[in-house]
Amino acid sequence: MAKTITLRIYRGDGKSGRTQDYTVQTFPGMVVLDAIHVIQKEHDPSLACRWNCKAAKCGSCSAEVNGLPRLLCKTRVDTLPADQPIRVYPLKTFPIVKDLVCDVSWNFEVAKRIQGLTLADEGSKEPLRMQQIDVDRVQEFRKCIECFLCQTVCHILRDNERKDIFFGPRQMIRLASLEMHPLDVADRTEFIKDSAGVGVCNITKCCTEICPEHIKITDNGIIPLKERVADTYFDPVRKLLRWVGGRK
Amino acid sequence: MVAKYETFEYDVLVIGAGGAGLRAVIGAREKGASVGVVTKSLLGKAHTVMAEGGAAAALGNMDSEDNWKVHFRDTMRGGKFLNNWRTVEIFAKEAPERILELERYGAVFDRTSDGLISQRAFGGHAYRRLAHVGDRTGLELIRTLQDHAVRLGMDVHMEATMTRLLTEGDRVIGAVGYRRTDGSLVVFRGKAVVLATGGWGRMYRFTSNSWESTGDGLVMAYEAGAELLDVEFMQFHPTGMIWPPGMRGVLVTEGVRGEGGILRNSSGERFMFNHVPDFYRAETANTPEEAARWVDDKKNNRRPPELLPRDVVARAIYKEVKEGRGSEHGGVYLDVSHKGEAYIKKKLPSMYDQFLHLGDVDITKQPMEVYPTVHYAMGGLYAEPETCQTSLPGLFACGEVACGLHGANRLGGNSLSDLLVFGRRAGEAAAEFAANEGHPPTPEAQIEEELEVLMRPLSKRDGENPYEIQAALQEAMQEGAMIARTEESLRATLETILSLQKRAQDIAAPGEPAFNPGWNAARDTLFMLTSSELIVRAALERKESRGSHWRLDYPNEDPFWAKHNIVVKKEADDISIQPRPVPEVPAELKAILGEGA
Repeated sequence: MAKTITLRIYRGDGKSGRTQDYTVQTFPGMVVLDAIHVIQKEHDPSLACRWNCKAAKCGSCSAEVNGLPRLLCKTRVDTLPADQPIRVYPLKTFPIVKDLVCDVSWNFEVAKRIQGLTLADEGSKEPLRMQQIDVDRVQEFRKCIECFLCQTVCHILRDNERKDIFFGPRQMIRLASLEMHPLDVADRTEFIKDSAGVGVCNITKCCTEICPEHIKITDNGIIPLKERVADTYFDPVRKLLRWVGGRK
Repeated sequence: MVAKYETFEYDVLVIGAGGAGLRAVIGAREKGASVGVVTKSLLGKAHTVMAEGGAAAALGNMDSEDNWKVHFRDTMRGGKFLNNWRTVEIFAKEAPERILELERYGAVFDRTSDGLISQRAFGGHAYRRLAHVGDRTGLELIRTLQDHAVRLGMDVHMEATMTRLLTEGDRVIGAVGYRRTDGSLVVFRGKAVVLATGGWGRMYRFTSNSWESTGDGLVMAYEAGAELLDVEFMQFHPTGMIWPPGMRGVLVTEGVRGEGGILRNSSGERFMFNHVPDFYRAETANTPEEAARWVDDKKNNRRPPELLPRDVVARAIYKEVKEGRGSEHGGVYLDVSHKGEAYIKKKLPSMYDQFLHLGDVDITKQPMEVYPTVHYAMGGLYAEPETCQTSLPGLFACGEVACGLHGANRLGGNSLSDLLVFGRRAGEAAAEFAANEGHPPTPEAQIEEELEVLMRPLSKRDGENPYEIQAALQEAMQEGAMIARTEESLRATLETILSLQKRAQDIAAPGEPAFNPGWNAARDTLFMLTSSELIVRAALERKESRGSHWRLDYPNEDPFWAKHNIVVKKEADDISIQPRPVPEVPAELKAILGEGA
């Protein structure tokens, strides 16, 4: 028995836009991305939407469904209220290119500034030795699929529009994955404090709640980074030592 | 029409930013070349992220008996000896070094108790050989390569689709295409060009491939005159999801079977024991008890029949369903629930998640329903083993778009190490080629021709819907050119393709060119139709059953075809399809192959 649903989708670019309603027939297990594909095939092939894997592994199809940033490939239509249109909008935090597609290039730009893994024996070809228990927490961060949903819900980036002072949760866990790598020898503390702006995060944990990979971004990533910064720069004893030692 | 376009110039142009493309970038950068890389999607979203199981390399961390010779033998045997032996030799020897190097770039693989890289068993590999990270190894690879390539410096052109290679005589000197974001024409000039565009699988209805896998890389090279090899060999991964409809074709990792997953038919029978070929009987468990013991003790037990090579398992599932022993939705059951909830959540977290949220199946309690899905293209561009140079000067190919490593059937885990080994070699060789060459003038006529093809659908108000043509093609390929093929089914499929090619001349995709999926699909459809035609024509030619190519009307291996690849090449306006002898394996390597070589 075929049921129908209505989707109310943003159509337009960054300058102007409107919403348009589309009615499609559902099938068992349908996700919002399936519905978008039906619209493209049957109603309007010019409806723009990013996607790749359709299995929640690539993080391409991020958009806002009924006001909540989601992966379209993971959002079942039968979990959404049936008595109202499903509202699908592009991510609010980034400039709109067209319809559901945003310009997320800022994320790639800030990523370039982060110093990668740095080993003490750079240039050697010896196998690395690390215990599983020591890489568990790094592996948690490396589950990130770069869907940028955390960037989208971050108040600093979304509401205050302060991309100039904060790299956002995605880059915080990238930094955490490097800082907590058992064999990394780089010191990124100053960078994390001044350039990446870890201090402005006020730990509302919205990023953690939205993460489709269930990474504990705030507790396991951002807070430990804040502690490192605090230890280095705001611990009174260390502050004194730095002053005595004549370093900043 | 006079073409307006922006031009970029690089020593090395890399088309495709999956694992192979990014490793090629690193190789070329380390040789000092300037590099531009073009990708149809955002950086880090390529199909490599879908790889789950692991990267095969004879590190010997789990089983010290393992070495490159065993990996060489396994890969040749899996490929039914249609592989290029030299490609396989280089691969098996270099894969361990490439994996260790990746670790130094920042990859964090699962560890052994000694703190080394842990390795997992996989179908067709004699020893535990796959370096892995849970069931997200592909993501680890692509993110690591992405970060390292960014570190070395490259120009990334995201969401740009290349649709034609530019040539001067035989030599490939660049590519032209459009930016998806604004629809503008863009030209890239490369003293050398690395094609790393991945595979093609969208022409089938059951596919694990994304929208990107439309065969554009293969067809662009074919149109430019490059030699293609063995395109009849498409790998059908035995276990794709079959239900719900929106998830059809999405992969269920071989890791499920590696962790002890059991295949059953509708009567509850563990049917794989009935499908063990003689060739593999000696190395396969002959009781469920032995198969169960193998999961925890691999040294003293033989592997379960579920882990036979992919072609064998896919055919067995096809037969079970065909003979009326299929599951509710036309597949078979894959059950791992006996391993218990904690174990499954630890070892197969994304599978657990995928089925629970998208399939309404709790795999810790219920079986999954699976059916073979198009997964990988073994065939592709002929590539020199050492340099990855194709038959065209200036054009290098690596990763899935290239051919030579996998023969008639790829072993799971070999593609991730393939893209590391040959991505590096292609990038380095391209940089060396570029060092001795200049930029020939831009061939304006070629660009204008391509512009005409690209723009035609935009200017039409009424015409064919590209998605309808794609759907008709998928139906025909699924019915006539998938797992089980006959002369009749292939001929019928070819007829359909040829008539769809006529209809495709009339595709309309009105609207603006800026981020217009319908317009993009119009050009993709042409690539899908040409690549399908090449697959079917080559499949008609190979009158035998071997590896993934199963002809019901020629059910046995044939001594002539055992020693011949099929070369497909464009000749004037005709398609040349010719057998070519497989390079003879030298005596010292033949000794490694042992029985069956």
